[in-house]
Amino acid sequence: MSCTIPYHIFPLGDSAMTVDFGNRISPDLNNIVMKLYQELKASPLPGMKEAIPAYSSLTVHYDLLYCSHHRPVGKTVYDWMGGLLHLRLKALDQEEMVSATEMIVPVCYDPFFGPDLPLLAKEKNMSMEEVVHLHTSVPYRVYLLGFLPGFTYLGETDEKLAMSRKMQPSSVSAGSIGIAGRQTGIYSLSSPGGWHIIGRTPLKIFDATRDPLTLLKPGDSVKFVSISKDEFKDY
Amino acid sequence: MNLRIIKSGVLDTIQDLGRYGWQHLGINPAGAMDRFSAQLANILVGNDPGQPVIELHFPAASFFFERPALIAITGADFCAALNGEDIPVNQPVLVNKYSVLQFQRLNKGARAYLAIEGGLEMNQWLNSYSTHLKAAAGGYSGRSLQTDDEIRLSSSLNWGPYLHGKEFCLLPWQASTDWEKQPGVEINILLGKEWARLTEASQKQLLQQTFTLTPQSDRMGYRLQGEPLQLESKEEMISTAVNFGTLQLLPNGQLTILMADHQTTGGYPRVGHVISAHHSKLAQVRPGEPVRFSLMDHQQAEELFIQQQKHLQQIRNACQLKLEHFIHALH
Repeated sequence: MSCTIPYHIFPLGDSAMTVDFGNRISPDLNNIVMKLYQELKASPLPGMKEAIPAYSSLTVHYDLLYCSHHRPVGKTVYDWMGGLLHLRLKALDQEEMVSATEMIVPVCYDPFFGPDLPLLAKEKNMSMEEVVHLHTSVPYRVYLLGFLPGFTYLGETDEKLAMSRKMQPSSVSAGSIGIAGRQTGIYSLSSPGGWHIIGRTPLKIFDATRDPLTLLKPGDSVKFVSISKDEFKDY
Repeated sequence: MNLRIIKSGVLDTIQDLGRYGWQHLGINPAGAMDRFSAQLANILVGNDPGQPVIELHFPAASFFFERPALIAITGADFCAALNGEDIPVNQPVLVNKYSVLQFQRLNKGARAYLAIEGGLEMNQWLNSYSTHLKAAAGGYSGRSLQTDDEIRLSSSLNWGPYLHGKEFCLLPWQASTDWEKQPGVEINILLGKEWARLTEASQKQLLQQTFTLTPQSDRMGYRLQGEPLQLESKEEMISTAVNFGTLQLLPNGQLTILMADHQTTGGYPRVGHVISAHHSKLAQVRPGEPVRFSLMDHQQAEELFIQQQKHLQQIRNACQLKLEHFIHALH
């Protein structure tokens, strides 16, 4: 069965192209992205350097010089590669869905680790306990890794927790759990960041010397579990 | 037998042509900012173009050679000197042991590349030698070079007899690179997905005004200063892919150009993309210098890059012949 969801392909400069399924966060669109990603990984397009899945789009980077040697005469590399990608999309089996790995991520929601938790609770007219309860009550989907090595974008939080980004980025520790809009995310490394920080996990989300490099991958299902400060220290 | 760093510079890192295949985990490619010059440096000393090189920013490190070596410096001109005597860029130089390589003044450009025949002995991280500063991995211990660092040189050739006791010797060939003679300010771009969201006036403005590179410009991205640009609509975008050379419009109306250490994804409107053939000259623009943009069509952009690569291949063929001839002449 072919891809029935509308999409369009556009160039991302002269060495990459993006297929876009719509500018929105949806498990269905992300499933198609992941399906296409796995197919391209198993059987890459000629000259493909890599494919990068995002929320609802996938980008293919290619070696322009290599591709120029293989394209039909009179065609640009982009037209040729775009045509090949269309064919892949036509042949995409949407029915068979990607299975999700379920992961538990312990988080200490103490204001010591989540300096923005009191502010977020106040802003939303809730107690800090209520915020923690809402944040831990549902499993989230890992939509993509990006921004930093291993930074994990998850969605979507309860509408009551939605909070826009800070005006000024501040410095954030590795393992911090943040909220931006209805996204929740895990800072894999210490970095400046604009998300509101409500807690921290003792798990090492990214490790350059470990296989796998990242603890979580797109398509995974993540459940946060609240732990105490003592439990955090003993982890 | 090593290359020793006797004085550290502001930011000197090991780079190759980038680490591809890991952006789905948020690991950006890194790699040399000016890939044309990085390849050229390798080609001049007979290396494979993708070998690791040292990318230098000014003020750059000083190096001590514990063994004879064949080196080449390309890209920016930092007025290199061996034991106090000037040496040119874009020309292979034989260096005797116990020599000191220093960079004296910033004459032109922003990044210089040092390649050494036989390459540098170090481990790859995820199939690349490029230094990933954020992940603290790749290159030399995942960081910039510091005083007393030692890099092992992999050359299997003994260059000593070719020097006939001299401190250094210039090999009699030079690469002529048209790309360097052009001033770096005229940059061609392709339209970005969100170009149409700019107001008509801002579209004109982007192509007519001269932007200035601000001091907040580094390997991650170039921040430009100009009259702020306006969008027709303020539609929110979710995170999606970006590329080396992508022009992003920030909420304050200013442009950022994503460079070698850019994030893998972004949520700002992508109004354009610098063509691959111009990444190299863009990488040599310094803060305070002007940048102007003009549109190019996709086919021309592809052809220009392909021509640039063919030009490199021609230089490579010529260098290999000359180098073989030089090596055999002694026997």
